[in-house]
Amino acid sequence: MSTAAATVHYTSTGQDTRKIAFWTFIGSECLLFGSLIATYLSYEGKSVVGPTPEEILNIPLTSVSTFVLLMSSLAMVLALAAVSTGQTRYTRVWLATTAGLGAVFLGFQVWEFTSFVHEGLKISTNLFGSTFYVLTGCHGLHVAVGVIWLSTLLILSFRGKLGPEKAMNVEIAGLYWHFVDVVWIVIFTVVYLIQRGPAA
Amino acid sequence: MSDQVQEKTHAHPSVRIYLSIAAILTAVTVVEVGIFYIPAIRGTAFLAPILLLLSAGKFALVVMFYMHLKPDSKLFTALFTAPLLLAAAVILALMTLLGAWVL
Amino acid sequence: MGTTAHHTSEARTGLWSWITTTDHKRIGILYGVTAFAFLLIGGLEALLIRWQLMRPENDFIGAEAYNELFTMHGTTMVFLAMMPLSAAFFNFIIPLQIGARDVAFPRLNAFSYWVFLLGGLFLNASFLVGAAPDGGWFGYANLTSRQYSPGMNIDFWAMGLQILGVASLAAAFNFIATIINMRAPGMKLMRMPVFTWMSFVTQIIIVTAFPVITVALVFLMFDRMFGTQFYNPAAGGDLLLWQHLFWLFGHPEVYILILPTMGMVSEILPTFSRKPLFGYAVVVYSGMLIGTIGWGVWSHHMFATGMGPAADSYFGAATMLIAIPTGVKIFNWMATMWGGRIRFATPMLFSIAFIMLFTIGGISGVMHASPPTDLQQTDTYFVVAHFHYVLFGGGFMGIFAAIYYWWPKVFGRLLDERLGKLHFWLAFIGLNLTFFPMHFIGLLGMPRRVYTYPAELGLGSMNLVATVGAMVLGFSTLILVFNVWYSSRKGEKADKNPWGAATLEWAVSSPPPVYNFSVLPEVSSRLPLWTVGGMNDIPDEPPEPVHVPGGSYWPAVTALGLVLFFTGALVQSLWFAVASAVLLAVSAFKWAFEPFEM
Repeated sequence: MSTAAATVHYTSTGQDTRKIAFWTFIGSECLLFGSLIATYLSYEGKSVVGPTPEEILNIPLTSVSTFVLLMSSLAMVLALAAVSTGQTRYTRVWLATTAGLGAVFLGFQVWEFTSFVHEGLKISTNLFGSTFYVLTGCHGLHVAVGVIWLSTLLILSFRGKLGPEKAMNVEIAGLYWHFVDVVWIVIFTVVYLIQRGPAA
Repeated sequence: MSDQVQEKTHAHPSVRIYLSIAAILTAVTVVEVGIFYIPAIRGTAFLAPILLLLSAGKFALVVMFYMHLKPDSKLFTALFTAPLLLAAAVILALMTLLGAWVL
Repeated sequence: MGTTAHHTSEARTGLWSWITTTDHKRIGILYGVTAFAFLLIGGLEALLIRWQLMRPENDFIGAEAYNELFTMHGTTMVFLAMMPLSAAFFNFIIPLQIGARDVAFPRLNAFSYWVFLLGGLFLNASFLVGAAPDGGWFGYANLTSRQYSPGMNIDFWAMGLQILGVASLAAAFNFIATIINMRAPGMKLMRMPVFTWMSFVTQIIIVTAFPVITVALVFLMFDRMFGTQFYNPAAGGDLLLWQHLFWLFGHPEVYILILPTMGMVSEILPTFSRKPLFGYAVVVYSGMLIGTIGWGVWSHHMFATGMGPAADSYFGAATMLIAIPTGVKIFNWMATMWGGRIRFATPMLFSIAFIMLFTIGGISGVMHASPPTDLQQTDTYFVVAHFHYVLFGGGFMGIFAAIYYWWPKVFGRLLDERLGKLHFWLAFIGLNLTFFPMHFIGLLGMPRRVYTYPAELGLGSMNLVATVGAMVLGFSTLILVFNVWYSSRKGEKADKNPWGAATLEWAVSSPPPVYNFSVLPEVSSRLPLWTVGGMNDIPDEPPEPVHVPGGSYWPAVTALGLVLFFTGALVQSLWFAVASAVLLAVSAFKWAFEPFEM
């Protein structure tokens, strides 16, 4: 099985094939979130009943959760740096930190959604509710998948199966995680900070 | 396959760069939230462009350094940037066609 | 797991070997057989539609059944016949054309197939419970809302498309990675065969266009299941949101359908003209340009909604612009034949018909690029004539050409030429009889999607002609089926390169060995088999053992979990959906952690 390894593993670009596929996947995700954001912005201010974004969005709370997610990206790159250089302990510390911060972000989101529902904004209440929950919920789902993914890597590391030769596994998980982070950077700005108010 | 590629991998940015990026991201986020609370800006047409620029800056920093697009092969930049621009075009087109501009 | 070339005794036959296969060639065959079965179902639906329209005020089937039939005909032909027939060729041919042992991710490839198969069965299961989709393949809101369509019909449609989207996306990531990274030494991008090139452009369109329909369908399902307001005008929603999202996907989808067949005829025309393709680079760039502009023309499907002069002008102009790279290709194909030593074998006949019929469809297409003209033609049979010339006269004629062309490579025997020519002439006559009168039927005022028409319209005889043509067309397809059966025992055995073609797939035996190439090919020419020293020698026996990845059943189980999850959502059973999601997750983990070396 190793005899023909050189020929089997020939690549045209010298780049990792999984990484190419994964960047293609991220490109595809751009269109997914693009369509969701486009819908949110196109419907912004067109709800015929409240609550409106101005009445309900909690900027201080979301600023904190945004900061949490940004810091999880820092932990993610540190995990990659650690795994590439074979620092097993730091690999575990930073992977656990990343996943943990992701879980904290999800906690904030659950809390946010719950309080919105108490304040009268359900997914079926108005256009704002529908577009807001589906957009941020889709992002939250991505974060949840990322937390599971990172936890899997953490378990692998504890089983001694995440050495430097597996750095690409962590790098690809990192690409996913950072992408989910940059999507939130956009959502935080266009949904939370720029509230364009009711349409004329 | 990964070990073969590892050797030709371009040095990823150092931990110090990672930390500086995180500091910048934090600072910009603080500025963004601050701007949101400044009445002199909030009610004006400047709010959206300023916030979008700051947000784009954060986006670019994460993508270039944390996702390594800057040191990595240009192939990855192409695979990401083309759909990203397409997505931006879709957002602008749909907002236009569905009458969402209320500036 | 895995096997080496010298002892491939590990099960290569039997049902289990097909369920667990990760060999791109076998997956290609699975795609082809399955898609052909769906083609027959979609064709049968078309024949029932034509039988109903044979004469005015016919009462063969009622309005409701008619709605189901035209919806399922369109949906089936687009998603279950044409795309997967193209996928059959992507699978079988692309790795061979670029000199690879397999695709980049063999198990992901198997997953795509199983999702497609189960998704197709899911969609067609709607007939069994008497709730086939009935909102048109475009499913315009708010005909699809719970209020106006309370049954499961639309649920089947929306979830079926969602499932099929997963299959297409997974395959697209796979093929993009394969084409970028698995090319043999010397196989530069501008040496890739045009079929591979056009398929590459197609995959890029898929990864960008499918997420948009995914979002549109999520909105639709949430409106129906959770009471969201996306397509509810009473809550301030805009019905045009659906149309925009649908056509943002739907128009690129047209190029997803046609670009692969453009690639197919670009392989066949040079082979049977004994000349290299005229203007290879221009054909490639035109394909990219079509893919790019094709992304910016979607609203020409919506002129009748009244978007205003600015949008109308832009979308009209952009649509006309697309005719330029398309026309460039048509001229390149003709110039390829010009002065060539043309051999009119069956693949060539279908390819020449492709050019002619696609041109007719293209010309009627440019007509309704003009908004005022379009307003006269929209929702009439003129449009039906147009897109059937493009998609049957173009698309399926190209796929038939490819079937005859690559059949000996796939199965080691040629299809019978006499039966092939009979198939060709009957199909050619049948489709023109069916679709040409529809131009007039439409211009004289007969609307699409209506199950009958009054005798006073005076269109009975032309509709009868169209129905007779459809029967001829349907019969011609049976000749292909007979040809397959006949040639499987009596067909002439094919050597490596029965047509004398130039590209890499013809450098190996027919059918190719499990490992494709006994040694890594190295090419130094765009036409390696037509160039002296165009490539290295590929011995029939591998000089050293070749590792071939073994099979896996986890992709099929994962696909099952996915489709069962949607089934749970369909019947609104929470425990069923959760159990299926667990199955999906567990099998995905099993898949990720099973030993499987590439």
